[in-house]
Amino acid sequence: MIPALRILAPGLMTTVQDLGRVGYQRLGIPVSGALDALSLRAANLLVGNPPDAGGLEIIASGPTFAVEAESARIGFVGAAVDLVLTREGSPARSVITTGQSVLLRRGDRLSAGSLRGSSTLYMAVEGGFDIAPVMGSVSTYLRGGFGGWRGRALKPGDCLPLKRPQAPERGEISVDAALFTPPRRLRVLEGPQSDHFSEDERTAFFRRDYVVGPGWNRMGMRLAGEPVRTSRGYNVTSDGVVRGSIQIPGDGLPIVLLAEHQTTGGYPKIGAVISADLPALGRLGVGSRLAFERVSRDEADVARMAHATLIERLPSRLSPLDAARSLDLPTRLGEANLVSGVIDACAWMG
Amino acid sequence: MSGPARAEAAPEPSRILANGDAALVVEFGDRIDLTLNERVLALADRLAAAPISGIVETVPTFRSLMISFDPSRIGFDALARRVSGLLVDATAAPRAGRLWRLPVCYDPEVAPDLANAARRAGIAPEAFVSRHSGMIHHVYMLGFLPGQPYLGDLPAELALPRRETPRTRVAAGSVGVASRMTCVFPKETPCGLNIIGRTPVALWDHRRREAALLAPGDRVVFEPVGLEDFARLAELSARGEFVLAPVAAGPAP
Repeated sequence: MIPALRILAPGLMTTVQDLGRVGYQRLGIPVSGALDALSLRAANLLVGNPPDAGGLEIIASGPTFAVEAESARIGFVGAAVDLVLTREGSPARSVITTGQSVLLRRGDRLSAGSLRGSSTLYMAVEGGFDIAPVMGSVSTYLRGGFGGWRGRALKPGDCLPLKRPQAPERGEISVDAALFTPPRRLRVLEGPQSDHFSEDERTAFFRRDYVVGPGWNRMGMRLAGEPVRTSRGYNVTSDGVVRGSIQIPGDGLPIVLLAEHQTTGGYPKIGAVISADLPALGRLGVGSRLAFERVSRDEADVARMAHATLIERLPSRLSPLDAARSLDLPTRLGEANLVSGVIDACAWMG
Repeated sequence: MSGPARAEAAPEPSRILANGDAALVVEFGDRIDLTLNERVLALADRLAAAPISGIVETVPTFRSLMISFDPSRIGFDALARRVSGLLVDATAAPRAGRLWRLPVCYDPEVAPDLANAARRAGIAPEAFVSRHSGMIHHVYMLGFLPGQPYLGDLPAELALPRRETPRTRVAAGSVGVASRMTCVFPKETPCGLNIIGRTPVALWDHRRREAALLAPGDRVVFEPVGLEDFARLAELSARGEFVLAPVAAGPAP
């Protein structure tokens, strides 16, 4: 039998994502990839994978799956969530935490509840999923219907094949997820159509608070709040857009583009969220409050270098779980409902 | 057979603008115009022929070239300087892209808006078809869907607005027109364009080595085919047994 995770319930929208399909935008192919790449990287590190391996991106509420392999080591990083493990032959259920690796056995069922504090949660499995890359990536491109698991979000009954039939026995590790506390405001570099907005209007834009409206998906999010007025109309001839582009359409309410954004857009762009803040952008969901902060190119460079250093030093944030905290399931399954030590990295977003 | 008209005015100055901290946009203007687009494609060609280290990818559009870069390898200023250097002597020599004869069925069964489009243009449907298929269309860019071309320019007499009520879905291969543009949709999609035909050719197949059939700068002539030929070719296409080849080669890649 092929080692696999069998999906019993998919959650709201669970897809396979890696760091994206780079280099095909001229053909109209979005980059896609994890909305919060930092959390995916950390989840991969927990289970000894390369940081760019494909994992599951879980949005709003999590999946329930059963392990159909000798064993599988997994790790969750991102939103706070209740993770409940049911082991065959054991009457008790166990609550496990994000931010640490866990060894699951054949027949184990893991169920993830509703996400809190962030809209995204990432799960990596040691060795990764046995899924063929399309154009160099296993990211799911939902609208194009390819990549990831059959080009779509997971459904009940899907069997995600694993590369490894079993995980090696070793100590479990945890990651200091407090690191992922994002800045209070998303930093923005102005352009390329900032000349469509008066200086007063731009200044006002950076003073306002916005809320992510119901129009949120992997392509982008529409904000609710004070409309932005352009001085030169709301249409431009389509040109290139980036993840983080802030477009101002006819109703003046900003649209911020996310991982699966189309490659071009026809609305003026007042600016773009800087790359250092894109993982934080990927944690926002419907109802999140946010504000933008204007930064210079030099400030964006400093932030990018700090972010690169953070990524580089992620491995130093891993530490072995001590025996008391380590989830030695056979002994701990007897305990009912362990207190979840979930790390709420994103409480700032309310 | 004539192609899109070219503006004769002196080239306007280009601008290099920030698009976040990891991309810049070389903007040649803010309109759909063949001359602007040729300058965009000429710059893309130059960068493809002599890559600048640190560039991740380029995205040509109607009127600008977006250049994504890795800021840890090249800074905005250094990249902008090098790109400016390429622009100085970039006279937009018209670029002969590949020429394709793309079969399209204009039968009302797959062309729900043809009669209305012809009525608005004040001509018979047959005349609309012969004008649409009797010209060379220039591929400005790909976008919206994988491998989806934006083609132009239709003669002004054939220009019409988008549908007041967009359709929630049109079939893969649908050929839509609005203003002076023609789009061919490689996948089923919601769509506000007026659908005047359908091609049996797969413009996009991610299993192919060249997933997108067309490239910016290519030229396309639509070749009318009847319903029977359409059905036969569509079936072959679906099985991967019919892949269109260009009738004329383009520039060396």
